[in-house]
Amino acid sequence: MTGNILELKGVYKQFGRTEIIRGVDLAVKKGERLAVIGPNGAGKSTLFHLISGRLPVSSGQIWFDGHRIDDLNAQSIYRRGLSRSFQITNLFHRQSVYENILLAAMWSQGYRYTFWKCISQLQPLHERTREVLELIGLQSRHDIAVNLLTYAEQRALEIGMAIAGGSNTILLDEPTAGMSRGESDAAIELIKTVSVRKTLLMVEHDMGVVFGLADRVAVVVYGQVIACDTPEKIRANTRVQEAYLGVVKDKQKEVRDGVA
Amino acid sequence: MSTHYLTRNRFASRPSSRMLFIWLGFAAVLMLAPQILTSSLILSHLTQMGIGMVLALSYNVLLGQSGMLSFGHAAFSGLGAFASVHVMNLAGDGLLWLPLPLIPIAGALTGLGFAALIGYVITRTSGVTFAMITLGIGQMVYASSLMFPAFFGGEGGVSADRVYGDPWFEWDFGPQIQVYYLVAAWLFICVAAMFYMTRTPLGRLLNGVRDNEERIAFVGFNPHLLRYMALMISGLFAGIGGALMAINFEIATDEVLSLHESGAVLLFTFIGGTATFIGPMLGAIIGVLLTKFLPDYTAGWQMYLGLVFVLVVVYAPGGISSLIKPSLDVLRQTVSQRRYASFLGLVLSAFMLLAGTIILVELMYHRASGAAGSLPLFGVALDHHGPVPWVVGTVILLGGMLTIKPAGRLLFERLSIGESAHQGGKQ
Repeated sequence: MTGNILELKGVYKQFGRTEIIRGVDLAVKKGERLAVIGPNGAGKSTLFHLISGRLPVSSGQIWFDGHRIDDLNAQSIYRRGLSRSFQITNLFHRQSVYENILLAAMWSQGYRYTFWKCISQLQPLHERTREVLELIGLQSRHDIAVNLLTYAEQRALEIGMAIAGGSNTILLDEPTAGMSRGESDAAIELIKTVSVRKTLLMVEHDMGVVFGLADRVAVVVYGQVIACDTPEKIRANTRVQEAYLGVVKDKQKEVRDGVA
Repeated sequence: MSTHYLTRNRFASRPSSRMLFIWLGFAAVLMLAPQILTSSLILSHLTQMGIGMVLALSYNVLLGQSGMLSFGHAAFSGLGAFASVHVMNLAGDGLLWLPLPLIPIAGALTGLGFAALIGYVITRTSGVTFAMITLGIGQMVYASSLMFPAFFGGEGGVSADRVYGDPWFEWDFGPQIQVYYLVAAWLFICVAAMFYMTRTPLGRLLNGVRDNEERIAFVGFNPHLLRYMALMISGLFAGIGGALMAINFEIATDEVLSLHESGAVLLFTFIGGTATFIGPMLGAIIGVLLTKFLPDYTAGWQMYLGLVFVLVVVYAPGGISSLIKPSLDVLRQTVSQRRYASFLGLVLSAFMLLAGTIILVELMYHRASGAAGSLPLFGVALDHHGPVPWVVGTVILLGGMLTIKPAGRLLFERLSIGESAHQGGKQ
């Protein structure tokens, strides 16, 4: 496998008789930033759920780092170095920001189901936690319960939890959804920072974000990847334009406006 | 939401020295309680409080820390009690060497063993499914107590003599006071161990599985395994509690396995409060007061128990322990701002609620018992045949009910105004 860290081969997913994913083939190169775009209900989030082990595939194969992972559970996939964030904020809601990051950093720091060590003495764990807090800019908010954070801060924490374990591949599911333009810009800077020397897969609606960040763009329409190429070529792709119809044109206009 | 305890270096040494102070204080209370409260009845209550604390804390490893609602906790504590009774008999017959103070180890191993045996299957799910399965397990164990009389002793149970073997430093654990200190020592060990557990990576992970079991998998941990471990830890300490019960009563009957027992642990853990470590301990104290102490004074104790539970569920879903800090704050502000008049109003209104309730409940029980004479209450003879005491009781209760909210609001308004004026003055 030539430099591909993640490969999907003929992946299907159906709920009852409804097919959500209808034969997806996708190869992700090591170290690239790949954006997954597509209309609402195209199956982008489902695709992420299949890759990360939240949902089992109906048929097909998923390979990660030379191993087949489509029959593994979520924690095993995470331990192989693939972590993810969630579209709908999915945190440990009764705990503080610090405790959330702490839990996310625990496995990679080698503290498994430890009950004989006092957590306050595990210095490397606290160092890593503080490092991540600084990276996502929440160090001054470390003591606050996560349900008291602003929405943008919760989204930043989602990203922080995805990276805290030091995974080499990160899946971000709409990290900027529901953010204002300013918040979204800050989030993009954060994503750029944290994805250095990592493989990044990202579901994104905002075309401005996609074309500014991604090395390649995969277009998912109605459960299939209809194109996967550089942003420029995707923009010129007639099939994509057909599928998106007016949507892409509007979005492109938006991008131009955004740049201007 | 404080993370102070998570990091040692960041917040100097004050919290740790304060912790040491709390632990020394706890040990001192355990040591001195029977020296101050010397009556033999109270000593028996204190012993049962200690046992109740171990049981409630072990239950809270499931409910409060891991978010697992169990209706079958008595299976673990009860099996621990039966195993302990048998081991005591074996040791008494000289077939086994295990001095009495170490009997709880047998209970712990039994509770742990039973949890390990059934736990892997029943912890696959959480929530309602888990609750229903534990209900089934509890009833199954209870039913088997009558099916296997060889081990469970049938309806009469199995009794044992706790005085056996050579005395430890002239203690043979015959007198209740010696049993109390044995329970106190094990209580201290259990409290320390369970408290330490909340400060370990595993303890944090159990909280994680409680708050969001799905996310736990996406930070690398197996939620099923975590729940299984929680059940084993809980079973271990429940087994210790059961063993202490067996030592205290020198008998284990099918009652210790009953749904009633499981329900009591759930009830008092909840009343005490599941969100704090101290809550279940408080719950155990309240439990003994309501179910052991109160029956000596009134036939209506179950009515009061029910009222307390309903009030806690409705007005303090975080348990009694969640009220401590706000109450202290109000008290402190009242004193610092000298709002004694409005505070007294609130106290008076609460007192009316309490008095009205007691008068009516006692009158009802007195009437239901068919007693001919009048009811002596607070030094007054109330004639339950005439309407006067009923009307007075109702008026007092209504008075309390109607005034408690306005009185509370008035006090809080005064206090917050005082607070802001005070701060304004400072600036």
